[in-house]
Amino acid sequence: MDRRDFLVATSSAAALAACGANALPPLPPGVLTGANEVLGHRLRQPDFPAPTETRKVSVAIVGGGIGGLSAAWKLARSGCDDFLLLEMEREAGGNSRSATNEVSAYPLGAHYLPLPPREARATRALLAELGVLQGDPDAAHPTYDEKYLCHAPQERLYTSGYWQDGLWPTLGVPAAERAHYARFQDFIGELRQRRDGAGRRPFALPLALSSREPQLRALDRTTMRDWLLAQGYTAPGLHWLADYACRDDYGTSAAQTSAWAGLHYFACRDGDGQVLTAPEGNAWLARGLARAAAGRVQQNALVFRVEQRKTDTVCDVYLAAESRSIRIISRELIWAAPLFLLPRVFANPPPQWLEALRGAEYAPWIVANLTLKEAPGTRAGQPLAWDNVLHDSAALGYVVATHQALRYAPGPTVITWYRALHEESASRGRRLLLDRAGWANEVLADLSRPHPEIRELVTRIDVHRHAHAMIRPLPGRLWGGHRTPFEQGRAGVQFAHADVSGLSLFEEANYRGVLAAERTLRRLGVSFASSL
Amino acid sequence: MQRPLLVSVFIVASCGLAYELIAGALASYLLGDSVTQFSTVIGAYLFAMGIGSWLSKYVAAASVSGLLVRFIQIELLVGLLGGLSAGLLFLLFTLHAGPFRFALYGLVLLIGILVGLEIPLIMRILKSEVEFKDLVAKVLSFDYIGALAVSLLFPLLLAPHLGLVRSALLFGLLNALVAAWALWLFRERIGQLAALRTQCVVVIGLLLLGFGFAGQFVSLAEANLYNEDIVHAESSPYQRLVVTRYRDETRLYLNHNLQFSSRDEYRYHEALVHPGLAALPGARRVLVLGGGDGMAVREILKYPQVDSIVLVDLDPRMTELFARSPLLRELNGNALASSKLTIVNADALQWLEASTETFDFVVADFPDPSNYSLGKLYSTAFYRLLKQHVAETGMVAIQATSPMYARQSYWTVVATLEAAGWRTAPYHALVPSFGEWGFILAGKREYRPPAGIPVATRFVTPDALPALFHFPPDMARVAAEPNRLDNQNLVRIFEREWGRVQAH
Repeated sequence: MDRRDFLVATSSAAALAACGANALPPLPPGVLTGANEVLGHRLRQPDFPAPTETRKVSVAIVGGGIGGLSAAWKLARSGCDDFLLLEMEREAGGNSRSATNEVSAYPLGAHYLPLPPREARATRALLAELGVLQGDPDAAHPTYDEKYLCHAPQERLYTSGYWQDGLWPTLGVPAAERAHYARFQDFIGELRQRRDGAGRRPFALPLALSSREPQLRALDRTTMRDWLLAQGYTAPGLHWLADYACRDDYGTSAAQTSAWAGLHYFACRDGDGQVLTAPEGNAWLARGLARAAAGRVQQNALVFRVEQRKTDTVCDVYLAAESRSIRIISRELIWAAPLFLLPRVFANPPPQWLEALRGAEYAPWIVANLTLKEAPGTRAGQPLAWDNVLHDSAALGYVVATHQALRYAPGPTVITWYRALHEESASRGRRLLLDRAGWANEVLADLSRPHPEIRELVTRIDVHRHAHAMIRPLPGRLWGGHRTPFEQGRAGVQFAHADVSGLSLFEEANYRGVLAAERTLRRLGVSFASSL
Repeated sequence: MQRPLLVSVFIVASCGLAYELIAGALASYLLGDSVTQFSTVIGAYLFAMGIGSWLSKYVAAASVSGLLVRFIQIELLVGLLGGLSAGLLFLLFTLHAGPFRFALYGLVLLIGILVGLEIPLIMRILKSEVEFKDLVAKVLSFDYIGALAVSLLFPLLLAPHLGLVRSALLFGLLNALVAAWALWLFRERIGQLAALRTQCVVVIGLLLLGFGFAGQFVSLAEANLYNEDIVHAESSPYQRLVVTRYRDETRLYLNHNLQFSSRDEYRYHEALVHPGLAALPGARRVLVLGGGDGMAVREILKYPQVDSIVLVDLDPRMTELFARSPLLRELNGNALASSKLTIVNADALQWLEASTETFDFVVADFPDPSNYSLGKLYSTAFYRLLKQHVAETGMVAIQATSPMYARQSYWTVVATLEAAGWRTAPYHALVPSFGEWGFILAGKREYRPPAGIPVATRFVTPDALPALFHFPPDMARVAAEPNRLDNQNLVRIFEREWGRVQAH
């Protein structure tokens, strides 16, 4: 009798304790979207119909991400309208695309632009054209439209059950470790101020304008983590922040990232961390560029073969919507698609291109948009910010799409959760195969730590998968010569993609696009005022 | 007999720790200073358990069954006292804060003593069956495991989901159920079965009743937060609205903050409307942002030349209440029924962004900038947006918190308006319910005070007007940075200043 009573008592106690935890509501609806992989992967076994039509243009631009759009923008603004931009997706914009539902617009990828330094002249010119940068674009600290400057509070960090202000872990961090923070920040401050004999910053944005001193470039041969340790930085909080920064900007952990890239993240800008953002992420920038190319963008267009001839270049393009192919013959070609596609598409690529691309890796990303009945609550610490980061998570936290909305009433919102698959390739591949439900459960598990009520709040989870989101700045990839052939381009072919810089940043893509356009204009004999 | 009693030890220990945590949390919640509250409550509780353990030797019983009877009765008593503890303390606090501490520690001592009796009694019951070293090992380990279970369950599940009052009731029920269980298990060994059974039923019934009424109980306690009679209380999606009446005075509270008292609200609303509107003899179109109580509209309707008023208030429950209730309609002169008035229930920022209308006079009567959402209504972006809706000769009157208690905040709002390109005329008025209160007139041109007030007023008269614009040294202007959306410095300043006021 005793045993039976005991079992009854304990099992009912267990049932009582579990009834809150196990009765999970079913997953809310949503879709899994991503790059047009079916179309893109057809490049592996090209079986496209032969072109049925030939068009001639002065300039063909392959790829409509920020690089291609920036090239189109510069061509159009210089009065060169005879170009065609070929974009595989339904909409140009690359990583800076967005979507909209009944609650808000929200990003599918890149979602903010830090205030650009003076060196990023093309980016500043774009912002001035869009009316967001006000006054002199070359001023040290120009004025920006309040609507796009990230509203306060900008960021907070969830650590030990508490939301603290800012991203440097400070809660319970002893003075000895804070001393490491201070030393590192002093060092970064000094890097920001320093100029070499030619007036160049140690780490400039665009990176092509950086100092060429060998001891700086040598940083590319080690990893960020090893560099920190070699400098005596052992504070876990500093290592966490460096790792977070690398995962956030490059999709790689600090143990994988070139120390040059890691330091570039901290030292290339002057602003005190202020960023421009909008509910739709960076899509407003992509659309601002695309306005200049209006009418000259061919969507759903997969370039499956490029052949450079003596005086022109041939692009064979599959128009997915029409299930037929066309041939574009251009005097000049601007390649603005990811570089890993070159060997599959370019006929007889020069061996130095193939050599340079060997070992290049891309970081996949998962971006999940959660539509919520209302913003999640804060149990302890700072109120909801724009960027909300979880300390003990493989993911990067979430941003709030309605943060910039001019409204004060509480109401439904969309939050965007980011996860760079920085892990090694095998497990990365497996994770990529997860379906929407798999990711939705992962997102909810991650967010239910700070927000236990998240499952009751969420009404939709849409997952966007970027299989090749960012080129990874592994050691040696930046200054080991891998970028040189693409930086140089060749007669008739220019490269306009962030891959050419080796860092997947808006400013880099924008710089490469404008640079490619300016070289093309020069070859076409069109006069223009440089934006660089 | 051994196993069920060890299970009881587990439950009893859980309950014991739960009452201690609930009392500590309640004291921190109501009295603040959680470190002090928790350490004194825990200290008192442990001390009381010591007393209980010592007293246990005086619990005399001839046999094991006598001990069992005592154990069951003590369980019932702990269940009843512990279960009702949070509710009783909460109610007592709202009735009178004075004896609250006395009752708190009294209750903590009493429960502690009873809980302190439990374990020694169980050990005495089991002593004949189990060897002493095993007995101590088993009983104490179950005791500590129970404590661990609750210490995890309480902050993670119970306090956030059930709340303090219901959590206490839940543990009370567990205690009582242990008693009932023990009674049933040992029914053949104990006398006084009928009496004990009745006691069990009564205690469990009382606790279940408490569970059923826990919701009403909280509102009953709320009624006592106010010294006045509550004549209306409701929760809208945005706020808790409570209207009280005491003798001939009516008050409105939003989220427990006083919004107006009928005794002196005319001072506030006359000051908000007349210095601006009396200076605009040509004003025909007026916009009121916030102000769903209709008091500002009442003042505006005194001007016959005004032929249309748009009132934008977020909360439809607010405007409905003040359009419907006879008591409140009497206060706002039935202003919300005026044919000149259009009521829009919308977010003022979103409404302004979508609207293309312009107005001759705008009243911005928003809650103080106590959080980042409300702070947006005092930002350069908002004041720039407002500019698109105000005629060239028009003006805006803004409530801008107290220049006395929140001096830096007040002058920050002035600096914000100026940074957005407005010409400002700051002024203030004494509203006894609030103290010295601040307003700002903002126009595209320099403000010229009116020669007279053409309508009937009790406070803002032509003679009184110049004094409103004079700031004595203790409220005089201080240097301030504008409140932009990307820094929201006003929210931090406001929090600091009012925090200081409330600390005194």
